[in-house]
Amino acid sequence: MPSELIYNYMRIDHLPHIWCAGCGNGVLTHDVVRAIDSLCNDPDRPIPREKVVIVSGIGCSSRAAGYLDFNSMHTTHGRAIAFASGIKIANPELTVVVITGDGDCAAIGGNHLIHACRRNIDLTVVVFNNEIYGMTGGQYSPTTPRGDKGTTAVYGVVDRPFDIAALAAGAGASFTARGDVYHVKETTELIRQGIRHKGFSLIDCRSVCPTYYGRKNKKGDAVQMLKWQKENGLPMKQYRALPPEQRADKYALGILSRNEYPEYTEEYQKIIEMAMAEKGKEK
Amino acid sequence: MQGNEACVEGAIAAGMRFFAGYPITPSTEIAEACSVRLPQVGGHFIQMEDELASMAAVIGASAAGAKAMTATSGPGFSLKQENIGYACIAELPCVIVDVQRCGPSTGLATAPAQGDYQQARWGTHGDHPVIALSPSSVSETYTLIIRAFNLAEKYRTPVIFLTDEIVAHMREGIEIPDPESLEICDRRVAGNDGAYKFAYRVPEGQIVPGWKPFGEGERYNITGLFHDYSGFPTNSNAMAQEEGSRLLDKINNNLADIIQVDEYKMEGAEFAVVCFGGTARAAAFAVDAARELGIRAGMWRPVTVWPFPEKELEEKLSGLKGIIMVEHNYGQMLREVSRVAAGRVKVEFIGCIDGTIIEPVRILDKLREVHENAK
Amino acid sequence: MKNRYEMRFSGSGGQGVILASVIFAEAAIISGINAVQSQSYGPEARGGMCKAETIISRDSIDFSKPICPGFLLALTQKALDKFLPETRENAVIVADASLNIPENAGNKKLVLLPILKTAGEDIGKAFTANIVAVGAINSLLGLFDRETLTEAVKRHVPPGSEALNEKALQAGYELVDRQMAESCRVYIV
Repeated sequence: MPSELIYNYMRIDHLPHIWCAGCGNGVLTHDVVRAIDSLCNDPDRPIPREKVVIVSGIGCSSRAAGYLDFNSMHTTHGRAIAFASGIKIANPELTVVVITGDGDCAAIGGNHLIHACRRNIDLTVVVFNNEIYGMTGGQYSPTTPRGDKGTTAVYGVVDRPFDIAALAAGAGASFTARGDVYHVKETTELIRQGIRHKGFSLIDCRSVCPTYYGRKNKKGDAVQMLKWQKENGLPMKQYRALPPEQRADKYALGILSRNEYPEYTEEYQKIIEMAMAEKGKEK
Repeated sequence: MQGNEACVEGAIAAGMRFFAGYPITPSTEIAEACSVRLPQVGGHFIQMEDELASMAAVIGASAAGAKAMTATSGPGFSLKQENIGYACIAELPCVIVDVQRCGPSTGLATAPAQGDYQQARWGTHGDHPVIALSPSSVSETYTLIIRAFNLAEKYRTPVIFLTDEIVAHMREGIEIPDPESLEICDRRVAGNDGAYKFAYRVPEGQIVPGWKPFGEGERYNITGLFHDYSGFPTNSNAMAQEEGSRLLDKINNNLADIIQVDEYKMEGAEFAVVCFGGTARAAAFAVDAARELGIRAGMWRPVTVWPFPEKELEEKLSGLKGIIMVEHNYGQMLREVSRVAAGRVKVEFIGCIDGTIIEPVRILDKLREVHENAK
Repeated sequence: MKNRYEMRFSGSGGQGVILASVIFAEAAIISGINAVQSQSYGPEARGGMCKAETIISRDSIDFSKPICPGFLLALTQKALDKFLPETRENAVIVADASLNIPENAGNKKLVLLPILKTAGEDIGKAFTANIVAVGAINSLLGLFDRETLTEAVKRHVPPGSEALNEKALQAGYELVDRQMAESCRVYIV
């Protein structure tokens, strides 16, 4: 029996989705939908569903937008955040959520990512980070760990991977967090908080790609990859308590950074009010 | 007023309330003027991190319902191309100003040229429609940018405003038309009864689909993939054929509305100087000078440069003994003119790519030559 | 040929020759006369060769560039050497007094005026050289009345700098004596 979430929030006539069996993207899409659902039904400050816009770029992750029964925009490769910025600035009332992948947002779209962070524009970026280019067949991405393999790195990746959440925090995002596929409740809550946060928020979610990344790197099937997440994804406090030599493959889940820096569209609204008042005086 | 300022004032009169751009000579004054003027009218200006982002933001703003514009020059126009194609297939209206400069690459950044004419038509990949307009004076910049917005909104398509350094950096006195007298066209937003399923279906009697902007109650999908009526990606070849044809047809079936040509002393002309944009200034001057010498010359200038006014030129051919194509490139509109003339009227060419401006005397000399030869 | 009076202003980037050219176009527009103004310059904001042009006519103006200028302002030697030969017979040439008149200058009315020195020493602001030049040129050519010119200047200088620019304009006027001006008068017909 499919969950009510599917009937309420997905374009069911376009299902089943195109993702492979065992892909983490379905679970992460669920997390996004559940987070939005809880905000739409928040008795204190409900977000009207009609004001929610989902924007995505190109890649496996970005197919999520089309399945979601909101205003949705599936844009060009790497540019989702730039499209989303235009949407948000033109109508600041909208709640804009960007679903993107590691290649989409940290390679071809890296410039848009860091500048949106710097602007602190009120977008929520959910990264389905599967550490590989899945749609094109398994090429290494900016988050593939050093030494791992892809179809364009058969001898192993030479360059260092990006930590997208840390990159965003460094570029000035006012809310950054890390989630994954296995820790559903925690990740959903991080996405919910990210959307609620006034300012640029990014939730870097470890996905799993058993078809390409898993197979190329002998990580086992989807179940084994999820088990690995279960063992290695630790709550922030627990992770920080570990001595560095024991961290190895472990990664921290939770909020990495958070501050109340002024939000872009609110600040620009002040400029509009000032400019209109001055222009009014001239007349 | 400067050409670039007239572009901004006209755009605001047309209802432009969103501008995203990136600094590039010789279009920068447009961004500067927008940053001052848009907040005064409740609109938004943003300087994005690059040319690709500014094109993307403009399309996003259009999806949110704003009349949106960006401005750039050669190198930036190249960078924007992929997203211009997105606006074509997603049918999101927007205006892209390209102040042409001398290229390729960084070229002569502050010098005039018209080398982006064919790029305006074929710059983005795949088959797609395009409308491009080119002004030849500061006052025409004002009125024509309004038309650019009107056509963009009416046909739900990006419109390229192909100006050049000559007109963009020229200052002339202009008379600002009474806002009441302006014809302003807004996009069709006819509802789909709240159902996302038919956002892209074109009802009987309409040219384009219509839907409400994001946030106004309809939930639909927009994509750069070929899509079905609901806007959802499709791999259907039949659907791709239908969509692709419809995009081209909405322009090709409405040429009479879209095409605009300016004629100067073409009545009884035996020799036509064909040109567009800022080049018209020298051409008109040369035509006057030629007329004083008894040469029956006229100027024929497409204002709508894409689609090329084929039928309109065809109608002129029977009276002509010669055509002189004058443009600041190595023969880009020449290809279109030669194709239409198809050997029936000889087409001479005057071009220039060194960053200087073609002087009237070059055109006059050529007119005298063709006039002599035609005797 | 239509009646057109073609003016060229030249110097190096940063001297404000474009603004000088804009001010004459503005003054023409205020007077109900057609004007087209344009410029060309290199990528340098400071120091590169820079020229600006204003065409004034009671007829409509097609070609926006001078064909054979009747007036030239040159504030650098390079500009004077380059553009002097392009001016027409009997053209009025205003050059800064620090420049050398090229040999074979031809039949031109050459007027050397201490524009840069006046701006730098008398006004005390080198950047007002363009406004000093505007005053001197108008005094010489008698194109526009003083009020019109002042208004044109006011429309194009930053708010708060009106008094300084008025002083520069006046200093420019004073550089030209009546005798000099008599032989240079221009009438826009």
